[in-house]
Amino acid sequence: MKRSITRLLMAPSVLLLLAWMIVPLSMTIYFSTINYNLLYPGRNNFVGWLNFEFFVTDPGFWIAVSNTLILLISVLVITVVLGVALSALIDKPFHGRNIVRVLLISPFFIMPTVNALIWKNMMMNPVYGIFAWISNSLGLEPIDWLSDYPLMSVIIMVSWQWLPFAILVFVTALQSQDTEQKEAAQMDGATGWHIFRYLTIPHLARPIAVVVMIETIFLLAVFAEIYVSTGGGPGYDSTNLAYLIYNQALLQFDVGVASAGGLFAVVLANIVAFFLIRAVGKNLTV
Amino acid sequence: MAYLNITELQKHYDNYHALRGINLAIEEGEFIVFVGPSGCGKSTLLRTIAGLESSTGGTIQLDGRDITELASSKRDLAMVFQSYALYPHMTVAENLSFALRLAKVDNDIIEEKVKSVSASLQLDKLLERKPKELSGGQRQRVAIGRAIVRQPKVFLFDEPLSNLDAALRVQMRLELARLHKKLGTTMIYVTHDQVEAMTLADRVVILNAGQIEQVGTPLELYRSPNSRFVAEFIGTPKMNLIPLDNVIREGDVLHLKLLEASIDFPVSRIHGPLPNQVTMGIRPEHMHLVESGGDLTGKVELIEHLGSEAYTHIRLANDQTVIVKAPARTNIKDGELVHINVDRAEVILFNESDRVFSVVAED
Ligand SMILES: Nc1ncnc2c1ncn2[C@@H]1O[C@H](COP(=O)(O)OP(=O)(O)O)[C@@H](O)[C@H]1O
Ligand SMILES: [Mg+2]
Repeated sequence: MKRSITRLLMAPSVLLLLAWMIVPLSMTIYFSTINYNLLYPGRNNFVGWLNFEFFVTDPGFWIAVSNTLILLISVLVITVVLGVALSALIDKPFHGRNIVRVLLISPFFIMPTVNALIWKNMMMNPVYGIFAWISNSLGLEPIDWLSDYPLMSVIIMVSWQWLPFAILVFVTALQSQDTEQKEAAQMDGATGWHIFRYLTIPHLARPIAVVVMIETIFLLAVFAEIYVSTGGGPGYDSTNLAYLIYNQALLQFDVGVASAGGLFAVVLANIVAFFLIRAVGKNLTV
Repeated sequence: MAYLNITELQKHYDNYHALRGINLAIEEGEFIVFVGPSGCGKSTLLRTIAGLESSTGGTIQLDGRDITELASSKRDLAMVFQSYALYPHMTVAENLSFALRLAKVDNDIIEEKVKSVSASLQLDKLLERKPKELSGGQRQRVAIGRAIVRQPKVFLFDEPLSNLDAALRVQMRLELARLHKKLGTTMIYVTHDQVEAMTLADRVVILNAGQIEQVGTPLELYRSPNSRFVAEFIGTPKMNLIPLDNVIREGDVLHLKLLEASIDFPVSRIHGPLPNQVTMGIRPEHMHLVESGGDLTGKVELIEHLGSEAYTHIRLANDQTVIVKAPARTNIKDGELVHINVDRAEVILFNESDRVFSVVAED
């Protein structure tokens, strides 16, 4: 009796959430199986796997998949490694620690679009960017980051965007580390490095897992930075799956192929999540 | 030159003077207990010896070497923390061997040491467990084992038993005493529990507001405290402290006047001049209920039956309450009028500044 009332009361929100998910998903599945090009309206006949075939055989497809994965892994490694190192550094009290913390966290509040514009125009521009100025003052040839190292440029921008998130999580986690354990290790003859290696890193296993999972969700769908800075180019050099789908849907007006790409991205995200959670989950058994 | 020498040790926190000139000499193999009320600086003193707090004055010498400025990792001391501070991600075996592994001791030797220590502490079946899978008592033993495997010069304990339940505490207390006998290593033990202090210590150091109040064997402190603070701190129930009405000197004898009582006290037992206001200290077991006569008369307010004895709280005519130890099978009732005899040899006297100025008679 009590349970059925509970179910009854929960039903509306469950149904709403279900509809919220099911409607777009089934529409995407439906679009992916028909011929749906905005340039040729009215010719929406069933085409089976043809859209998938088109998407997968697109010349940019495998580059986009590999770019997506390279971007994901690089940003995860950079933000976790730098994040742990920086938060360990600012864990010890020092003069002006609060200001340093705020400065370290603040990039997180900048919109991706603005972030990309700043990097594109103020940092990486080969004529008046700060990097070019540094190269020039050292007497070196300035690097045209966005055309010569497009994917790396995107990785730098996205890492800069996500590093604060990692630091925020790790700093909080470090504050809950037991000081008596560190003192006990000190008495046991441990150096600062030993304490970091044998106490702090294991203590951070769970927060690292959280950061990896949350970042993965967003990093698989990086779009604004690419759109604003490199436009996926030169060629397909900085095109990831999200950008490729956008390319299909809005540059070639082929909603069918774009939907097929969207479904492929869902599958890829699930595969990546499966392996990540398994890999990280092993460290979760604290 | 003693094994551990502490000279004029000072510790200032930002705006608090926590240690105010500590002088202490500890011999090798002694079991020393720091005891005192909460906040008196016991932990600070222990942590300064350990090197976890830096001192702001004075010196610490261990085994002929000045260690005042030495990093705690190089002092060759082992500490057992109140929270146990086990490494949560390591198994019991890894916890025990951590220091040895850091010191790059041979694996065979490590294994052997871990084995013998875990056997002696009944941890051998738990070696593969993580700390969170252990009970409080087991964690405690791991913490002690972790200190033992290193064979340090001195063991430091900061209230190690205060997180255990009463029964386990008594048991661990005995195990610690046994351990000290077996190892013979110098131990410094911090507690706020005077029973632990009395039962474990070779010598007790009583701290009060960042200063040493008195150092001595448990019996010395009990029998001849040199201040009212020590007298009140040691012994349960507390020593009775009764302000005297008057003290009259007559040749070699002092007459201690309290209500109807006049207690004779030999002048030879006091040193220094006679103060204006004298307080008499007498422990509950040194007063006796008698049928008639006696020194004082009072009304029974409350009787605490402990089984082996009974403590009677008696209100005197001047409204002061004293506690008198009575036999277990006493048939005294609440509200009854009783007579009290004072054991003269056990009386000690305090002056206005709460210092003792009489010595307890030798038996
Ligand atoms: N880090 C600190 N900063 C300022 N004051 C402290 C600090 N640690 C301890 N104190 C003060 O020093 C005094 C002694 O503390 P402690 O040695 O921990 O007492 P206890 O005898 O209970 O172990 C206390 O009054 C405490 O408030
Ligand atoms: Mg303490």
